[in-house]
Amino acid sequence: MSQNSGFLGSSIGKKIIMGATGLFLIAFLVVHCFINALIFFNDGGLTFNVGADFMAHNWLIRAGELVLFAGLILHIVQAFVLTMANKKARPIGYDKIDGTANSKWYSRSMGLLGTLLLIFLIIHLAHFWVKSRFTGLPGEDANGHENLYAVMQETFKMFWVVALYVLAMVSLSYHLMHGFQSAFQTLGLNHKKYTPLIKKAGMWFSILIPVIFSAMPIAMNMGWIK
Amino acid sequence: MSHGNMNLTLKVWKQKNKNEKGRFETYDAKGISPDMSFLEMFDVINEQLISSGKEPIAFDHDCREGICGMCSMYINGRPHGPKQGITTCQLHMRSFKDGDTIVVEPWRSAAFPVIKDLAVDRSSFDRIMAAGGFVSVNTGNAKDANNILINKDDADGAFNAAACIGCGACVAACKNASAMLFVSAKVSQLALLPQGQVERKSRVLNMVKQMDEEGFGNCTNTGACEAECPKGISLENIARMNREYLGASFT
Repeated sequence: MSQNSGFLGSSIGKKIIMGATGLFLIAFLVVHCFINALIFFNDGGLTFNVGADFMAHNWLIRAGELVLFAGLILHIVQAFVLTMANKKARPIGYDKIDGTANSKWYSRSMGLLGTLLLIFLIIHLAHFWVKSRFTGLPGEDANGHENLYAVMQETFKMFWVVALYVLAMVSLSYHLMHGFQSAFQTLGLNHKKYTPLIKKAGMWFSILIPVIFSAMPIAMNMGWIK
Repeated sequence: MSHGNMNLTLKVWKQKNKNEKGRFETYDAKGISPDMSFLEMFDVINEQLISSGKEPIAFDHDCREGICGMCSMYINGRPHGPKQGITTCQLHMRSFKDGDTIVVEPWRSAAFPVIKDLAVDRSSFDRIMAAGGFVSVNTGNAKDANNILINKDDADGAFNAAACIGCGACVAACKNASAMLFVSAKVSQLALLPQGQVERKSRVLNMVKQMDEEGFGNCTNTGACEAECPKGISLENIARMNREYLGASFT
């Protein structure tokens, strides 16, 4: 039978879109995190700028960037559509709900955590992406690469920016804590042997990635890396 | 845990019919034995209400031994109350303390309209079953029971899914009022067995379509359904239904 006309309109189709785009964004986080971690060479950003320059000018990466934005927007729009439908599914709420008895608070708060991340993302894009792609960067480094590192140093001098980034990473951590393992479940990848491994890997991923990201503004602000 | 009889305050949802707005009403439950079930306490209160000329509280119940799934009560913020793996009729008053206030609400879902007070209309589940929760069997002599060999894991998986009594606690517990645990149990039960293969693809497509049409919400994998299910239906079934749906949609 080939009745795939209603797939994207169905509840399961929408869930699968959420899970698939979520995993795609997780893959992006890994790349983003490791390239940014080049700042920890502590060589005045020379190594980091090689990576940043490549990411900014390689045509394959730039094309990938469009796919990334498409995935991100799909994830956000789908979340909004699903949330609206879910609100409609329970027009009269309960007087008393004992949520902690049967689920984790962050599993129930994905919309809130996601909204916080979206606000952060807009500020974050304004800090770096807009400058790198549109308004231009302040000159080049010793090797002749675009100096995105200098923008980082400048931005992370402000304490409120560092605080904002760290708080956003806390949101990210909890968003991933649910999202990582949930994406596998949604795609039907549930197995007695492997699901506990996926959950464990998801937990470590949700801690490590935000910790590495948080270390960047903190280290720059404190002057640990120059 | 209480010994000796208890005095409790009940805050119970009262609603004349599905069109009326409904409100909470407070009842005093005096001299309640800790050995009573939660439903027996309601019987006692209703007896008192009837003898004083007031209207009793309407609630669903049938077998009173945890196998029919009728006793839909959302007690103190959880379907079937504070214990795991039981229905309301299996909840005993010893789970409460003297002086407690207990809030009792009906299942809340657009697909489960209130009939009266705590009784809700769960015929949306019946319509989902009618859409695909069946197998085609040729009539004639009964076949030998062990004619078709079934892998033990599949037989166990199907049996565990078949334990679903269709009570709707999964929908009540879910923050999205999603019915995916119920539907996935019914899909899994038949998808795992050879007898269910004929309608395998159309079953999952039709049952999910009906589920969406009934106005149930979408699963976000919080796991509340699994935690509250009186029959321990596993989230594995939802993953299996998602696989079945993907497979049926694209092949």
